[in-house]
Amino acid sequence: MENAGAVALAALAVGGIIAFVVITGFAYSTLLERKVLARMQVRVGPNRAGYIPIPRRGKDDLRLLGGVMQPLADAVKLFMKEDFTPPYVDTWVYNIAPIITVFPAVFSLAVIPWAPLPQWLADMTPHYLAPHGYLAIAPGLNVALLFILAITSIEVYGVVLAGWSSNSKYAVLGAIRSTAQMISYELSLGLTLLIPVMIAGSLNLNDIVVSQQQNGWFIMLQPIAGILFFVGALAELQRAPFDLLEAEQELSSGYNVEYAGMRFAMFMMAEYVKMIIFSAMWAVLFLGGYAGPLVSQFPMLGAVYMILKIVAGLFLMIWIRASWPRLRYDQLMDFGWKFMLPISVLNVIVTGVMIVLAEEGVFDGMLGWFGLLGG
Amino acid sequence: MGNLILFLILAVIAIGSAIMMLFSRNAVHSALWLILNFATIAVFYIILNAPFLAMVQITVYAGAIMVLFLFVIMLLGTEQGSGVLATRRGQLWTAAGLGLVVLGSIGTALVRIGGSSVQAAAADTSPRVLAMILFENFTFPFEVTGILLLVAVVGLYVMSKQLRKG
Repeated sequence: MENAGAVALAALAVGGIIAFVVITGFAYSTLLERKVLARMQVRVGPNRAGYIPIPRRGKDDLRLLGGVMQPLADAVKLFMKEDFTPPYVDTWVYNIAPIITVFPAVFSLAVIPWAPLPQWLADMTPHYLAPHGYLAIAPGLNVALLFILAITSIEVYGVVLAGWSSNSKYAVLGAIRSTAQMISYELSLGLTLLIPVMIAGSLNLNDIVVSQQQNGWFIMLQPIAGILFFVGALAELQRAPFDLLEAEQELSSGYNVEYAGMRFAMFMMAEYVKMIIFSAMWAVLFLGGYAGPLVSQFPMLGAVYMILKIVAGLFLMIWIRASWPRLRYDQLMDFGWKFMLPISVLNVIVTGVMIVLAEEGVFDGMLGWFGLLGG
Repeated sequence: MGNLILFLILAVIAIGSAIMMLFSRNAVHSALWLILNFATIAVFYIILNAPFLAMVQITVYAGAIMVLFLFVIMLLGTEQGSGVLATRRGQLWTAAGLGLVVLGSIGTALVRIGGSSVQAAAADTSPRVLAMILFENFTFPFEVTGILLLVAVVGLYVMSKQLRKG
């Protein structure tokens, strides 16, 4: 404990850098969403604010990636807007609701492993990162997955409080809808999270990644769990096709209808940061995390793989939004309780039996991927 | 030293939020203070080297139970309660008396142990060890608790079915 101060400083530095990257990533994921949606709908998308001047063969103008400064323009616009507080709101709760929404979203960043630890970083942080051997803000937390579950379970509050404190029926209805949705899907999401834990035999996210380096990506071993997690994440994030919360025709936009300016932007920020987090979780739990070719030689390559996998997850979410119609409310509830929950319970039981059988050596000498489970 | 400062700050937050919970006139505000209190206690568990307990505390209490509380308060529209100051006659004094009894018994227990149990907190608290204790030493009580909860759920289901018929 004599180095507590140094550890705290190092943690602040590492955490600050990672949080900065992800929050910039949030700004650019909005641009990614708008650009990709535009391409899929045969439009151009935002292309006025800024460009990267790169000469290309056969073209005279040097403009590539028109619109790279769009997030900055959006931020300036939101800052300049009037920060209007409607009358008869519960002022205290109305003001802290956006903050309560953003905090849990950013908290989950703490446990995500980004890369194996390169030597120079290990030398710089002898008491902080070096004993654990991988790059994360809070390495060595042996209940990292439970931490994620705990954070997911308190994410509801921002939405509920924003809806309730606005003193508006649309906001309250939106809040109640989204709370019911998040609580319903949290159960199957939690059960799906159990699958990687059962196979890897640890709640530590780095152990799960290492286990995937040895056994292959868990989405190959457990495609059902991988898909269920992605669907559950979509529901938890309230994204299409589960974006009932934002059904403009019915609710005019749900819990955040009374918010404007930067406070509205904070809800948006929470939403996109959560998208990044769930993408990262999907990558870590099912797509092998930072594992990939040449990672053992060049550890920081792991971070590149992580980012590529996160962007792939984001792209998939946007793709689904562009191509899927919204579910009805009763369909949403039926799907969550009557389809996803039974399947995830069954999946946990089957996986448990398979693991025990593999440990008993039933699959020895048998080809096929169950044999991998026993290690 | 660092731990002591952290403990003092957290203690002030925990006690302050508990008091604010009692004295808030709005039921939703009370619930929010209670959530803050639960979260602070979770941080106490982390300081005591028991992260598993901390996570369970947040998931179960701050997450599931308080969401339910908030939902009930919001759906019933009973936000404008009257706080602790205008309760039924004698309720306040009974509560204060009982609180003192609990405080006294905890105090005597602490004095009897004499601070030696602080060492126990430094033991291995990984989920694996916890699971071993739960499923090997205390399998029977664990299963009984599970069955009790299941019975409660089934009973609730039957009662709501009957209510819908009648």
